[in-house]
Amino acid sequence: MKKREHLENTAEQEALAAQLGESDTFIDKMKRMAADNKLAVFSAFVILFFLLLAVCAPLLTPYSFEDQDLLSRLSAPSAKHLLGTDELGRDVLTRLLYGARVSLAVGIIPTIASMVIGVLLGMISGYVGGIVDAVIMRLADVVLSFPSLLLAMVIMYTLGDGITSIFIALAITSWAGVARVIRSETLTLRETEYVEAARSMGVKDFTIILRHVFPNCIPSLIVLFTLDVPSAILSESALSFLGIGVQLPNSSWGLMVNMGRTYLYNAPWLSLVPSAAIMLVVLAFNFLGDGLRDVLDPHLKNS
Amino acid sequence: MLRSIGKRVLQTLIVLFCVSLMIFVLLRIIPGDAITTMMGEHANADTIARLTKEMNLDKPFYVQFITYLKDICTGNFGTSYTLNKPVTELLAAAFPNTVKLAVMAAVIAWVIGMVCGIIAAVKKDGILDRLFMGFSLLGVSVPVFMVAMVLQYFIAYKLHWVDISGVKSWTGFILPAIALGWNSAGSIARLTRSTLVEVLQEDYIDTAKAKGLGRGGVIILHGLRNAMLPVITMMALQISSLLSGAVISETIFSINGIGRLAVDAISRRDIPLLQGTVLFTTVIVIVGNLIADCLYTVLDPRIRKGA
Repeated sequence: MKKREHLENTAEQEALAAQLGESDTFIDKMKRMAADNKLAVFSAFVILFFLLLAVCAPLLTPYSFEDQDLLSRLSAPSAKHLLGTDELGRDVLTRLLYGARVSLAVGIIPTIASMVIGVLLGMISGYVGGIVDAVIMRLADVVLSFPSLLLAMVIMYTLGDGITSIFIALAITSWAGVARVIRSETLTLRETEYVEAARSMGVKDFTIILRHVFPNCIPSLIVLFTLDVPSAILSESALSFLGIGVQLPNSSWGLMVNMGRTYLYNAPWLSLVPSAAIMLVVLAFNFLGDGLRDVLDPHLKNS
Repeated sequence: MLRSIGKRVLQTLIVLFCVSLMIFVLLRIIPGDAITTMMGEHANADTIARLTKEMNLDKPFYVQFITYLKDICTGNFGTSYTLNKPVTELLAAAFPNTVKLAVMAAVIAWVIGMVCGIIAAVKKDGILDRLFMGFSLLGVSVPVFMVAMVLQYFIAYKLHWVDISGVKSWTGFILPAIALGWNSAGSIARLTRSTLVEVLQEDYIDTAKAKGLGRGGVIILHGLRNAMLPVITMMALQISSLLSGAVISETIFSINGIGRLAVDAISRRDIPLLQGTVLFTTVIVIVGNLIADCLYTVLDPRIRKGA
């Protein structure tokens, strides 16, 4: 974007925009990604597959996630229990499917919340500037200077266990990164000719932010979203793994790994299956995020 | 240069103040009463009264905060009431283990990450590039506990190469350090590759080649030196994620470090201990980033002379 300020000639600007692929519509860009980056498309299908599994969990399994069958505890994978059973004889596949609901919800909901907070604060910070900017950015510095897992642990301690607490803890720990990116985008956008034109015509600041600044931040937001979801999933699994996240009898992938750890030597599938599920989903989101970034927002590459 | 460093130190002090305020507030706004949450149903009236007095909870909020600030400035983090020892003493005992673990993880991660990144950049689009970048994505996507458990299962349990848990000698740190450094290695490799690829396209690289400098000389003296700056920034940022990951690695391998202390503090609801561990770790991260920023100013003439 910076480069463009030096170009006075409109023809040159258009040439540069075409070169950067900025004149394409969103659908054109998606088509380009589909053609160039098969891995990203495949990843999108993997994510969709896991979402479907999570939504249809009750239809896909005859068991319930809390049904215990003490007689067949710790049984190896078989035709009756495709992925075996855990220490209380609960079906691992069933718990994995229900765990997908929690893990995906924890990936998506707090990330949306942190985006909303980050976008609001980032745009205000970048557009208003001055003391407001300084205060918001120092606040972001404070949040970013905590090791994120420890901050999440303290928030979980304060709010108590439970899924809502996890949502809040993860939203609080991850808005600051979004705010920083959006602030720097707003700073650039504020200096563009069309914002200047709007301002000189007397358009209100609120309208300018809503109609000219926000829509131009959307590509970065899509990329940030796909890259923040996996880190939220990893954070939840770390919290549940440490025993301060999702609590029994509910299921989450991190919790399943934690519970299976005691039986690592005689029933390794208990921990390894949910770990592999976490890895797959996180990998898929990362591949998709990388692919989207290449077509939507190449500037983000090194940040 | 001194002026920009001074400004950065001042900013750091403000952040430190806010961080201590935030931890203070978070650990005291627990719905209900902090003491009853801490003690559970076993608390009797005497203990509650004693603890309330000990933690200054009977005084106004600002008095509590000032006493707390004074205490932490003099290195007094209070007394852990479940372990009945000063928190400072517990931190001092656990800190060397966490440092050993984190330093070893960082060395493993950064050496492997940079070497893979350099090779991948030089052999861009070759087989090694694809292989290393594939591995690095695996690095950033696999949770710390999974690496830890896979290593524990195969290397320690099946092959008996090292002890399963606990650290009797430095070899006990190898598996926990690999598990911890795994993620960082992946992101360092990716960043080294992408910055080096960009730098190697610059004009001054062609100039150096034209002067007759050997291939290795060009890559190391001109390429790497200029590609290092973002990598150093990322290394500084990784101090934070390494200390986060240490919590998990220490728990799995039963290492008596700060992270495990924090987990124990939560499960025993020991507020002074939790406050001490989190505050101490965060201060390390902040100071680490400050040092990196100062280094950056010294290393990069553009920052030194600019704003």
